[in-house]
Amino acid sequence: KPEVLSPEELEKLKEEVDERKKLISTLRGKPWPMRKKLLTLRESHEFVEKYEGALGKGKSRKLYAYKVMMLKKWMKFQRDFENFKTACVPWEMKIKEIESHFGSSVASYFIFLRWMYGINMILFGLTFGLVMVPEALMGRPYGSMPRKTVPRADEANAMDFAVLWDFGGYAQYSVLFYGYYNSQRAIGWLKFRMPLSYFLVGVGTVAYSYMVVIRTMARNANEDGGGDNNSFNFSWKMFTSWDYLIGNPETADNKFASITTSFKEAILEEQESRKDDNIHLTRFLRVLANFLVLCCLAGSGYLIYFVVRRSQKFALEGLESHSWWERNEVNMVMSLLGMFCPMLFDVISALENYHPRIALQWQLGRIFALFLGNLYTFIIALMDEINLKVNLEEVLKLNMTIWEASLYNGTLGANSTAPPITVHPADIPRGPCWETMVGQEFVRLIVSDTMTTYITLLIGDFLRAVLVRFLNYCWCWDLEAGFPSYSEFDVSGNVLGLIFNQGMIWMGAFYAPCLPALNVLRLHVSMYLQCWAVMCCNVPQERVFKASGSNNFYMAMLLVILFLSTLPAIYTIVTIPPSFDCGPFSGKSRMFDVIQETLESDFPAWFGKVFSYASNPGLVLPFLLLMVLAIYYLQSTSKSYKQANLELKKKLQTVSRTINKVLTLIQYLLYSLCGTLSENLICTKLCDHTSPLPLSLSKKIEKRRVGNTEHIKERATIKFPLLPPAPRPRGATESLGPYQVTSGNQHPVFRGSQTPRDTEYDCCHRCGNGKHFIDRHRPP
Amino acid sequence: MLHDCTFFTRKEILQLHGRFHELAPHLVPLDYTNQPDIRLPLALIVSMPELKENPFRNRIVEVFSEDGQGNLSFNDFVDMFSALCETAPRELKTIYAFKIYDFNVDNFLCKEDLEKTLNRLTKGELTPEEVNLVCTKAMEEADLDGDSKLSFSDFENMISKAPDFLSTFHLRI
Repeated sequence: KPEVLSPEELEKLKEEVDERKKLISTLRGKPWPMRKKLLTLRESHEFVEKYEGALGKGKSRKLYAYKVMMLKKWMKFQRDFENFKTACVPWEMKIKEIESHFGSSVASYFIFLRWMYGINMILFGLTFGLVMVPEALMGRPYGSMPRKTVPRADEANAMDFAVLWDFGGYAQYSVLFYGYYNSQRAIGWLKFRMPLSYFLVGVGTVAYSYMVVIRTMARNANEDGGGDNNSFNFSWKMFTSWDYLIGNPETADNKFASITTSFKEAILEEQESRKDDNIHLTRFLRVLANFLVLCCLAGSGYLIYFVVRRSQKFALEGLESHSWWERNEVNMVMSLLGMFCPMLFDVISALENYHPRIALQWQLGRIFALFLGNLYTFIIALMDEINLKVNLEEVLKLNMTIWEASLYNGTLGANSTAPPITVHPADIPRGPCWETMVGQEFVRLIVSDTMTTYITLLIGDFLRAVLVRFLNYCWCWDLEAGFPSYSEFDVSGNVLGLIFNQGMIWMGAFYAPCLPALNVLRLHVSMYLQCWAVMCCNVPQERVFKASGSNNFYMAMLLVILFLSTLPAIYTIVTIPPSFDCGPFSGKSRMFDVIQETLESDFPAWFGKVFSYASNPGLVLPFLLLMVLAIYYLQSTSKSYKQANLELKKKLQTVSRTINKVLTLIQYLLYSLCGTLSENLICTKLCDHTSPLPLSLSKKIEKRRVGNTEHIKERATIKFPLLPPAPRPRGATESLGPYQVTSGNQHPVFRGSQTPRDTEYDCCHRCGNGKHFIDRHRPP
Repeated sequence: MLHDCTFFTRKEILQLHGRFHELAPHLVPLDYTNQPDIRLPLALIVSMPELKENPFRNRIVEVFSEDGQGNLSFNDFVDMFSALCETAPRELKTIYAFKIYDFNVDNFLCKEDLEKTLNRLTKGELTPEEVNLVCTKAMEEADLDGDSKLSFSDFENMISKAPDFLSTFHLRI
């Protein structure tokens, strides 16, 4: 290392060091054998270490060395952090086991479940840390206010399990529900703004969910590279259908069978002509099927409405006088509909006679519509109840003033103030807190949905497996192969269930902060229960039809559900006034007034002015218009890019074929014009196959010569009039002395065989070049 | 140093070493600081549960072995699992997939290669006419330059659009 280097040399050295560093960082992605990689790594490390020190001079050298050391420490820290992150990912081994038994599509459900679990953890963290904990620690304790105390009348059975399971009693008057929260603007010594925090956490959960879903969709779309190209059907089946993760012999057998079936189907489709016999019958049947499905959907919607109405009637009459079924009718009916209607749709779809993938998409769409219809009917019924309660509030407010007056027993005049009589909060009449009621309804719905899912799992899968296994010994036909047999894991049904569950969480989280916590618990238990059930009771699917080529189908559904479930919550926040005596917004005319209040009191005056200007409709509307125009513009440019892409692809094909022809022409020109020597030289130089990487032009010539002799012959005879001289008689080839030795050309030479050949001239086996024989034995 | 050349963390490389040792405890030393040159034969490697059911297991091991016969040293072993792991980039996997499906090692996927692939995938259940049809159609679809065999660029073009490639062409250990 010379101490003094000229600036140019220094620059060059620096460049080289940077290049080596880049090489080290990209080394793992190179397709070299390990020995070469390790050697290169060692060399580059030595080089970098040797010359790095020389690059700094004097004081700046010390700084440079310091920078380099800090960079190294940072990279090590990053690597350790990555290691730590991968070690933290839960359930990795379980999912791997499922993957090796059932293939990647079943495992994708569990990976989706795990992803949902992650999202719910974050939501739980937000609601727990910023809403539940502050109120529990710094707010007024239980029993200090009417809204925080169980009413005297209910105190007797507030601790009963039945009441608690129904989320009444002590569970209702706790941080779990909206009604417990106090509307005091700032609580505790931290001056924590509780109502503001509640509102912002509600908005934040929705915003976070949108962000995560859209980010995942964008990432999936990028990976696809625009996967709507159906023109590689057979090639993809051949090269991407085997699932390398399979490690179980049974699964492997199933996979082989399904691959064979899929090839046979594809062959059949290819061979069959496109004649559609009886197209009218098919069309009529399809219309009939859709009509039946619509009837089913309408029927289920009406049923739910009817049941909710009935439950309201029961509630008015008092719940104790009714049986368990009548009390839980709504939830049970919704869960049962969710269980039986999809089976009905399956039966109806037998009429339609679609390709299995299209049939699956229709089925998923119908189940989606069913769940959505049910959910919205439920919400509409709930709205009716809310309106009822809001009207009740007016009446109750009146009653309260009467009750207060009765407390003083008329001992006071109209305008005098008297020492307030202390009344225990449990005795004070309180308003019908509609928000808590909504929260309770959602929590009950989710609990019953969970119970239904688990019970269906245990009965439908586990019990069935046990029966098939043990009754098989004494049954007339083979239960395992015949009618019931073991159940398959229904990926799409389960994913839909998960998506809708999440939709209900999003809908109810504003009114019941305990919902994300409940969901985290539910997903945790689901993971273990379903992993066990899959391994114990299910068999791998026979035919794997994915609903779409990418994961974006389910992500898109999740996005739609997110949008649709936040609509009701937003509607209620904006239109309905909050209850006057419960919740963090009590006393305000609208819930979002809390923002206005915060702006006025906590922020400087000019901020409020700026905000009021920004929220002026005159400014907001043009902004919205601009965004719509931007979307339109981006959409049309993306369309034109896709078009350009297609045309480039077509051009690529034509150009490749042209190049092919031109190169073969050059090859024969060379042959006929040049002499023996040059041809031999060309042959030896070019017949040297080493790397599979994309070939440059010179090697393309080689490509033309390699391969099927018939291929070369074809081109020679059909296209080009400059044919080589006629082949000499067979006998001459056998006495090719020099050609018995393979010294000149490094490849085995195809000696003239005893069998008659149909090529016009003998060709070199390795490079298909016919020149070596013929030029040596030029016909007279 | 190995973890600079692969997509594994240090802990994972140690786990891999444990698996390698399990395959032949009397041959593979527990201490690798002296860089011993131990190679395990093909038959031992393909008995691993991750590879046992794979119809292309022999080709996979041959591609990653230095002598092309399937004898893997520990470095090659790690290289094999690294190239097929989840974090390996698509381009690297495409290169190795091409090598694996190239049965006669001539840097092209000719019709015989395709036929062999198909027979391994369907375990000989298809008739010869069906095999011929499928291979012809696949060749037609993917061959851009019309020389009736697939070069690496043809293969890469076809695989880059495949939605399932990354999720199926992946070994987990």
